[in-house]
Amino acid sequence: MTPERIAFVARVILGLSVSARAETIQVTIDKLVFTPAEVNAKVGDTIEWINKDALVHTATATDGDWNVNIQASQRGQVVMKKPGAAEYYCKLHPNMRGRIVVAP
Amino acid sequence: MIVKLSAGLATLCLLTAPVFAQGAAKPTDPQIAHIAYTAGQLDIDAAKQALEKSKNKEVRDFAQDMVRDHTEVNKQALALVGKLKVKPEDNDTSRALTKQAAAKRDELAKLNGAAFDKAYVANEVAYHKTVNGALESTLIPSASNVELKGLLQTGLKIFQGHQQHAEHVASDLK
Repeated sequence: MTPERIAFVARVILGLSVSARAETIQVTIDKLVFTPAEVNAKVGDTIEWINKDALVHTATATDGDWNVNIQASQRGQVVMKKPGAAEYYCKLHPNMRGRIVVAP
Repeated sequence: MIVKLSAGLATLCLLTAPVFAQGAAKPTDPQIAHIAYTAGQLDIDAAKQALEKSKNKEVRDFAQDMVRDHTEVNKQALALVGKLKVKPEDNDTSRALTKQAAAKRDELAKLNGAAFDKAYVANEVAYHKTVNGALESTLIPSASNVELKGLLQTGLKIFQGHQQHAEHVASDLK
């Protein structure tokens, strides 16, 4: 095997193993409350919000890193790209707050 | 002169008198439903005025959010009163809210550009504060039907959100 070939195989295996470990973590929005209010995730995991309200909401990182618009009775997703604690809120109803703790 | 003065005083009283008088008789469910619906409709009307007059994107987005949310809440309110067979009943509080909103609309109609935007958003902060105070202190505690109380409680959370959103827009306009 050529070094390029080895590198390619390594990337495939690594890629597969990363995607196999990545999870989707669900947060429900019901009557303007994020539940659970705090979730734990790893880098590469997807957070999915399930909006049960008949209202449009957003999940917006307070540091401006990401923003997800979630239509009424729909879902919205974002992939966690960096480790650390991310506080987020709804831009349209800023009294709605949540937190995601992302492990490396 | 006397007529003018008393008319002026009456207007002043109308604008400064608390719409939700303390110690007034406890409102009934049909009255509460009417007040809540009216409060929502008045905010939709205010937002429509903003959409006609404002060119500021943040203000227009906020106004659109108000139309969308209050339309949805009022749709739920109508569905609930239909289900409960409650006939919303007009009352002094609804009438005072309507009069006050009409006066504010006339006042805002005279403003344009940034002056209008600031005045509209400042009034949205004040208006939601008033309605939220009334929900907390009078309307929710007075509601006897559990489902009506629940809808008002959710409404309060939504309108508290609107108040914070309006405060945020107001600070951006400074």
